[in-house]
Amino acid sequence: MRKLLLIAFKDLKLIFRDKAALTFMLLAPFLLTLGLGLVTGAYGSSGSSGISQIKIIIVNQDSGQLGQALVDLFQSAGLADLVAPTLVSDPLTARAQIDANAAVAAVIVPAGFTDNIIPANYQAPAADILQIEIYKNPLSPVSAGVIQSIVEEFISRVETGRVGGQVIVTQLLSAGLIAPDQVSAIAAEMGQLQANSVDQAPAISLQAAQSGPAQKAFNPMAYMAPGMALMFLMFTVSNGGRSILAEQARGTLPRLLVSPTNSAQVLIGKIFGVYVTGVIQMLILIVTCSLLFNIQWGNPLGILVLILAAVFAATGWGMLITSIARTPGQVGNIGTAIMLTFGILGGTFIQNSFMPGWFQIVSKITPNAWGLDGFTTLGLGGSLVDLGRPLLGLAVMGIALFVVSILIFSRRSFAQK
Amino acid sequence: MKAILEVKQLVKKYGDFTAVDGISFDIMEGEIFSLLGPNGAGKTTTISMLSTLYIPTSGEAVIGGHSVTKEPMAVRNLIGVVPQDLALYEDLTARENLAFWGQMYGLSGKTLNARIEQVLEQIGLVDKAKDRVKTYSGGMKRRVNIGVGLLHKPKLLFMDEPTVGIDPQSRRLILDSVKELNKQGMTVLYTTHYMEEAEELSDRVGIMDNGKLIALGTQAELTKQVGEMETLILHVGENDDPERLAVALRSLKMVRKADVTDHTVSVIVPEAEQALAPAVTRANELGIKIHSVDMREPNLEAVFLHLTGKALRD
Repeated sequence: MRKLLLIAFKDLKLIFRDKAALTFMLLAPFLLTLGLGLVTGAYGSSGSSGISQIKIIIVNQDSGQLGQALVDLFQSAGLADLVAPTLVSDPLTARAQIDANAAVAAVIVPAGFTDNIIPANYQAPAADILQIEIYKNPLSPVSAGVIQSIVEEFISRVETGRVGGQVIVTQLLSAGLIAPDQVSAIAAEMGQLQANSVDQAPAISLQAAQSGPAQKAFNPMAYMAPGMALMFLMFTVSNGGRSILAEQARGTLPRLLVSPTNSAQVLIGKIFGVYVTGVIQMLILIVTCSLLFNIQWGNPLGILVLILAAVFAATGWGMLITSIARTPGQVGNIGTAIMLTFGILGGTFIQNSFMPGWFQIVSKITPNAWGLDGFTTLGLGGSLVDLGRPLLGLAVMGIALFVVSILIFSRRSFAQK
Repeated sequence: MKAILEVKQLVKKYGDFTAVDGISFDIMEGEIFSLLGPNGAGKTTTISMLSTLYIPTSGEAVIGGHSVTKEPMAVRNLIGVVPQDLALYEDLTARENLAFWGQMYGLSGKTLNARIEQVLEQIGLVDKAKDRVKTYSGGMKRRVNIGVGLLHKPKLLFMDEPTVGIDPQSRRLILDSVKELNKQGMTVLYTTHYMEEAEELSDRVGIMDNGKLIALGTQAELTKQVGEMETLILHVGENDDPERLAVALRSLKMVRKADVTDHTVSVIVPEAEQALAPAVTRANELGIKIHSVDMREPNLEAVFLHLTGKALRD
């Protein structure tokens, strides 16, 4: 045990003397978090602790009820804290303002939208359905995504109402309850009712019911910061794995193996060093982000346990990469590729809830996705008991990866040739 | 004297290639034993097997009564290894390196600190002990590399070509250290391809070539194998054919052997000085230009040449 700790401590000392590694482990994730926070407007926005007052521009060219219903929705009291809409009449002006970074998105309702969806004589909807355009600011992907979700929800309600109305009228007609000459008038009346109804209940509001822990205002930085930390954790574990092969290449591993130390002690010591380095990296990033970005991470014990589990799973990936690679360079290349892939898959850049279902399933191979799931739960007020799913996911992942790595390691001898 | 190391028919094969081919020798306690041979002779592979890093294909080696294959941990406690290539953590200081390796050999506390001070003194790096190894010259790194092998006072020290690529000052310090360690009772197995080092240090020498131990004995015993013969070395021009000259020289009565390596013809003769004139005459007759001439008295180089037909440096 003593030798195991000696090897781990030695590795820890070496990594914290390596300026290049420190830059990647600590400075890069911190700067990227800061940058992402600035471009998404999540950092420094009037001291708010969450997404709020998203600036949008609405261009309503529709003279019917649906266009007005969408405007009313964005101006409703339910969305007053979330959205700050401005009405303009010209789409070109709206797009120019987005290009100038004056707002995060422009919602453009085309002329004739209502008539296109609900024809006056209720014959049939037009073949080419007009669409609401959302012109998004690429610098604010998260806030723009929120606006898109609201519009999608609105359209979904409209579509449900339209199809439902068509079915009702058809059923009434076929049952002989209404005469064919009454269809036009009844359809027009239903269209009017539908248009009036879509803006009565807000499509999305901050008070939306949600399963799980008691919800509180969530700071997006509490999502971005762990996202970056988890992505660069993959660098740390692959760099740690690289050091095993580097020791072999520079002769210190053979030297260790001719000392009274067995190969299992050396390997476990090295892995433990990687694990401890990862935990320290995560703790430093979390403490620093707490102090500088005023992030409330949530339950401290939950955070600690989540970090331990996430680093365990990530270290498993690092060991798998090391067991497959032949040279330190290979570990570095594969590690970088996996770091970026996992960053994207795991939701570091775009929240996975905006992605398709298959993407969300694939993301579960990454410690990033499970880890972010846990950090979000804690950030929303969850406690250690609410972390069951992510902790189980990370533990299973780590165990599986370590078993596979050890099997591969056992087939390739580092020492006795 | 008692043998601290006994090697019997040790073999190491990699597929069809035999790196070490059935070597056998003993090393007595308190002895400096050199394995002399060119690069690729199998010296490092031999040390790797004896230090338990590689498993022999066949044969056996026993150190201090412990088999290297069956009791590797017991063997590792008895030996110290100075590998051919530097095996240090360059981002640690010399003192930190020594402390880490000392602890890996079970040293701790005051004993460890005392040994670190002694070894730093021994390798002449007391003043630089707090500097990171990566700031050191090649020679200084070599000295730390040796210091690590000495920390735990091993009974048998393996030194694998410890002077390759270093400055004369560090080389002298290392050779003197080896002699000093031996005076203090440490047994040393030293590998080298420098004949001068083997001659200066060794009580006995084993000569290796192509994985085989081709000669073994004291320096006097080995040089006897070439009798009182001297070596005349003729360096010819790049455009000349040294093989033609060697064939011509072999016809001279006084020449016992003439071998070619690159543009050099090495001739074994009773008296090199007497052979010089006839050799130059033959070269002139063949139109071969001789650029320079060396004459050497019987030494390990001559023994190697005598046994293998090639120069040691190759």
